[in-house]
Amino acid sequence: MVRNGAPVASETILSCRNLTVRYGSVAAVQDISLNIPEHQITAIIGPSGCGKSTLLRAFNRMNDFIQNVSTEGQALYRGEDLYASDIDPVEVRRRIGMVFQKPNPFPKSVFRNVAWAASINGFRGNLNELVETSLRKAALWDEVKDKLDQSGLALSGGQQQRLCIARAIALEPDLILMDEPCSALDPASTARIEDLLFELKERYTIVIVTHNMQQAARVSDWTAFLSQGRLVEFGATQAIFTRPSKRETEDYVTGKFG
Amino acid sequence: MTNATAPLGRNLPVRRRLGDLFHIVFLIATFTGVVLLAVLLADVTQNGIPWLHGSFFTNFPSRFPEQAGIRAALWGTIWLIGLTALFSIPVGVGAAIYLEEYAGRSWLNTLIEINIANLAGTPSIVYGILGLAMFVRWMALGRSVLAGALTMTLLILPVTIIASREALRAVPNSIRLAAFALGATKWQTVRAHVLPAALPGIMTGIILALSRAIGETAPLIMIGALTFVAFTPAGPMDEFTALPIQIFNWASRPQREFYGLAAAGILVLLGVLLTMNAAAIWIRHRSQRSMRW
Repeated sequence: MVRNGAPVASETILSCRNLTVRYGSVAAVQDISLNIPEHQITAIIGPSGCGKSTLLRAFNRMNDFIQNVSTEGQALYRGEDLYASDIDPVEVRRRIGMVFQKPNPFPKSVFRNVAWAASINGFRGNLNELVETSLRKAALWDEVKDKLDQSGLALSGGQQQRLCIARAIALEPDLILMDEPCSALDPASTARIEDLLFELKERYTIVIVTHNMQQAARVSDWTAFLSQGRLVEFGATQAIFTRPSKRETEDYVTGKFG
Repeated sequence: MTNATAPLGRNLPVRRRLGDLFHIVFLIATFTGVVLLAVLLADVTQNGIPWLHGSFFTNFPSRFPEQAGIRAALWGTIWLIGLTALFSIPVGVGAAIYLEEYAGRSWLNTLIEINIANLAGTPSIVYGILGLAMFVRWMALGRSVLAGALTMTLLILPVTIIASREALRAVPNSIRLAAFALGATKWQTVRAHVLPAALPGIMTGIILALSRAIGETAPLIMIGALTFVAFTPAGPMDEFTALPIQIFNWASRPQREFYGLAAAGILVLLGVLLTMNAAAIWIRHRSQRSMRW
């Protein structure tokens, strides 16, 4: 398998059109338009405070939980505007999963962590099977199969984060948004998660925010570079990192600022 | 030439002595409360123990000290606290969940919050007057244990709400976000994750609030709880008395023997209180072991 060769063009699953997100009167994301291709990994990079996490949260309506946020423009999921008045944000979040910066398993058993979302969303199948397949897909099954009854909080940081990934994929989402999923992990755990991302992209589309440029270069097919709330450049990862078209991008990926 | 360090070292002995002095002052401050309480307890225990025999718990009050018992008051208190818990837990926790999880920041909610904080500091006699006007007279519940419990509910509701809110606030927001990101509704999130995580704190707060209600006398006297009751309540509409009222009644009698009975009553009240506080500590301790983030 060629990791990050030129990505194959695929259909757009998620896109935004002139998306602006404001905290009060401060625009954290300004007038961004981009297309996220299906079954590939798109990285969002940029210096701290550039709006990458805000942009990510705009894709599953998680900004709704922050006070004084207003969103303009469109975020389209398979052509449907996520901010249209007839869209239920709960349904949006069921279909577009999220993994957070700090692992946040529920203070419940490993089993309940994975099974809960399915059961509240009306899952009628075999929960045991679902938990096993989800944990297998998250490359965690072998480590936790004997401790499904133990608290999710008893696992190591890296295991907790994979548990959070298993929890997200138990819902069979179309898309998984990851907000710096490795920033609280050690290098070994980070490597495991990165390996996992390659397996997951066969089935899911992944958008990952990272401020680790090596990580973006290693795992992603596409890269969006944001600076001060604006999209500076979006393109194939290889191109962004080897021959960026903008000076600002080049300065950032070569470590001159950020 | 002067030694550069000399001007700095000179006042050290004085500073040391001042430090030691304050160490002692704070130690005395700490022990003042503890020692006074210990003396009080020793005195009460010495007076009360001889009266704490089996029939003290099974007898009704009597003009004759040897035959007087605390049965009516103990059962009255159990009824009172049971009903108070029944009313104050759902309302208090419900209000806390609304304020903490549902309510946004609006002037109305700020007003409600300020009011609750103020109500927590309102003297209990005021609640007694309110209970008399509202439950005893207007709702015509009479001097029943139900009217008493409703009054006590009003009294401890602010404290219950505040304690429950603090417990809810202590649940990390990342847990809520995790649930929301999985397509959970607000109620599913609160029901499955926030409430269980906050429950130990809520329980502790409620038990402490109920312990306060057990010791309250003023509002009960205000709503007209009886001081001489020769029966145990059989239902919420029955008249009643409670431990502090019985103690007050005994302590205000001229005969010396009734002092002993009052002391014994205090021991029973303290026993109930300490048991409840121990339960609160146990719940908190147990939850600290099982939940760490």
